[in-house]
Amino acid sequence: MQNDEKTSHASLYGGDRGWSERFGHAFTWLCGGALALNVLLVLGILSLLAWKGFGYFWQEDLVEFTLKDGSKVLGEVWEEEIVAATPEHPAVDRLRLKIGNRDVNGLDFVWIDRADVVSRREPKDVVLLERLEWGNFHGYLREIRRGDQVLAQGSEAVWQQLGPLLATKEAEREEIHALEKGAIGAINYEIEKLRLAARRLEISGLPAAERERRQAEIDKTLQEREAEFQQLADRLFQMREALTAETLVAATASGETKEIPVGGIVSAIRPDDLGVLGKLALQGKRIRQFVVDDPRESNTEGGIFPAIFGTVMMVFLMAFAVAPLGVVAAVYLREYAKQGLLVRLVRIAVNNLAGVPSIVFGVFGLGFFVYLIGGSLDKLLYPEALPTPTFGTGGILWAALTLALLTVPVVIVATEEGLAAVPRIVREGSLALGATKFETIRKVVLPAAAPGILTGMILAMARAAGEVAPLMIVGMVKLAPTLPLDGRPPFLHLERKFMHLGFHIFDVGFQSPNIEATTPLVFATALLLITVVTLMNLLAIGLRNHLRRKYAGSAV
Amino acid sequence: MTADTLQPQRDPALEPEIKDPIILRVEALSLWYGEKKALKEISLKIPEKQITAFIGPSGCGKSTLLRCINRLNDLIDGVRVEGDIVFNGASIFDPRIEINALRKRIGMVFQKSNPFPKSIYENVAYGPRIQGIKRKRDLDEIVEKSLKGAALWDEVKDRLDESALGMSGGQQQRLCIARAIAVEPEVILFDEPCSALDPIATARIEELMQDLKSQYTQVIVTHNMQQASRVSDLTAFLYLGELIEYGPTERIFINPMKKQTEDYITGRFG
Repeated sequence: MQNDEKTSHASLYGGDRGWSERFGHAFTWLCGGALALNVLLVLGILSLLAWKGFGYFWQEDLVEFTLKDGSKVLGEVWEEEIVAATPEHPAVDRLRLKIGNRDVNGLDFVWIDRADVVSRREPKDVVLLERLEWGNFHGYLREIRRGDQVLAQGSEAVWQQLGPLLATKEAEREEIHALEKGAIGAINYEIEKLRLAARRLEISGLPAAERERRQAEIDKTLQEREAEFQQLADRLFQMREALTAETLVAATASGETKEIPVGGIVSAIRPDDLGVLGKLALQGKRIRQFVVDDPRESNTEGGIFPAIFGTVMMVFLMAFAVAPLGVVAAVYLREYAKQGLLVRLVRIAVNNLAGVPSIVFGVFGLGFFVYLIGGSLDKLLYPEALPTPTFGTGGILWAALTLALLTVPVVIVATEEGLAAVPRIVREGSLALGATKFETIRKVVLPAAAPGILTGMILAMARAAGEVAPLMIVGMVKLAPTLPLDGRPPFLHLERKFMHLGFHIFDVGFQSPNIEATTPLVFATALLLITVVTLMNLLAIGLRNHLRRKYAGSAV
Repeated sequence: MTADTLQPQRDPALEPEIKDPIILRVEALSLWYGEKKALKEISLKIPEKQITAFIGPSGCGKSTLLRCINRLNDLIDGVRVEGDIVFNGASIFDPRIEINALRKRIGMVFQKSNPFPKSIYENVAYGPRIQGIKRKRDLDEIVEKSLKGAALWDEVKDRLDESALGMSGGQQQRLCIARAIAVEPEVILFDEPCSALDPIATARIEELMQDLKSQYTQVIVTHNMQQASRVSDLTAFLYLGELIEYGPTERIFINPMKKQTEDYITGRFG
């Protein structure tokens, strides 16, 4: 009896199987480890972006260093570096300071040797002025002047007056901006339209008398508009005068005085006087400005709202183009085409399309959309504007269509999978009720496959939002003066060029005139890009989950 | 003519006497899946407002035969048919026939319940909508009538807007029946309608079939011989694509004429 039991146990714990069991355990650990590594990688990327990105908006204290030679340097400590000793030089412990005052020093950053530092202090009354031009100013307030009249003198008095003054100046700046973008912009737009109308008339081939009569009409309106424009321009000039009426006199750490027009100052803070909460509030304000403001100083300062807007709008246009294209193609491939060699080849070709380098799509978009279709459209619809191209140059529409081609394989594959997952018996149920094949596909199969299709759309949108290379040749620009969507008819300006977060990262990081100062912007912009893509994906995922709930337990 | 003269007198095992009017006549129907002949010269007559059962072991061609009646086999590549099926005096293979109109008149309930991923209401309203009925009031009426006809109304009347996929298997199958009768067909084909259901749900479906008898001609394919004997008036036994025996259910089960039939219903093979 006992013997029997032993034998049966022996077969349970089996000699040979022990090895594969142990190997199985190791394999499980290996798989788990690989997953953990991946998760770690993603977390690493995100935390790096968050740390560096948010760090860009954080204001450190300004420190005044007195050096051995008696000179003074005022700046924010960005990093400390120890340069290893070489046979020729001893090791150097040095600090990198952001000193601002580009108009005085010519550069934003300096290195100072720790060994040269005699003393350091953090004076409470040091100010940081954020300016529209020349970047930040670090220094001490002296006085405010209007013409020859001195309005306030002494650090504290000037500080007290500066706050309210900056608020009025900001209001004035906004008024100027509104005038420029609003009334003046509208008149410019109208004048341009009149110019085009005149040109259209010129090439219209109407009888000379009629042409002259109409030309006279146009000229008359044009004159009226130009007179209006002149009035507005005068007003603008006065407003600008008023804006620059006051000047702020401030001194740098080395004692040099500088006159700064108050109208050109965006904000004034005393960083060394701010507590942690104050600095957090400042950081929040800066992040908000970064998201909602227009860029300044060739993208090195200000916000990046147009880039966010351009990215989102381009992706949505792309989605509108790719959804019908991909879905219809997939429906044909899966539902109508006779499954044979040809369909297999097409499917292979479609899948391989996803592997084509994206810049190739850009080249195709340039050759096909921009030159061929855009060029023809210009000849047909906008001959009066030529030789200035309207659609015959890169624009947001062509960019969206190019990316639609790039992402259509993703949508086709996902849709095909979604369609394949709809059971045959469900289709037969519809056909057995007397529905045609088309009715069955439209009313039963496509709704059932909708979550799968949306999964494809999510992937396509994520891909499109991150794609930069092809856009560089089909309509993306470093700085677009106008958004592709505004208040002037026809509201949606598909021919306009646009800004893009992906390109902005490259631009501020590596193409900027002031690279040292803007490199951290790379991280902030990348963080924003990830946020935008995530938000768009969440939107699509929400939609998909809504559909899934609606068809709870559906096959896909 | 020659065929008629060659045929022996009436074979009582294959041609029962039927008093009711004939709605469907299958005439020497053969079917090939590619090279394989799945149905071999099958002839039988299906009377109006009766329940006819097709029984036989797996792969005998009973489902194929059923799916010929509403031409659902058309969807499969490589299917070839010879012979004819006459429905109300007209050949269903006539090229002039509108296949969707035919399927509207010959409804079908499938082996696995296949509600659409839509609400209960929309499932039933699907067929009438396809027929062009748009008015909400008409649709409401049809939905209520059909669900009542399928003995489902009391269970679902408060949740018509919920997904049909949240119902139990038996309810789903009755919903499919409601969906089929919503387009007012003349014939309903049942393709093993209870094979995925528990005995209680099965009993309800069988009960329902009896209730529907006054209005519809029903043809049922079943694996389950007890079910055939319980619900049907006529039974056809198919084996390897051939019609072996066809006659009143009672006679087939009590007094089969052919040895193969007897072997099958007594459980000696199958």
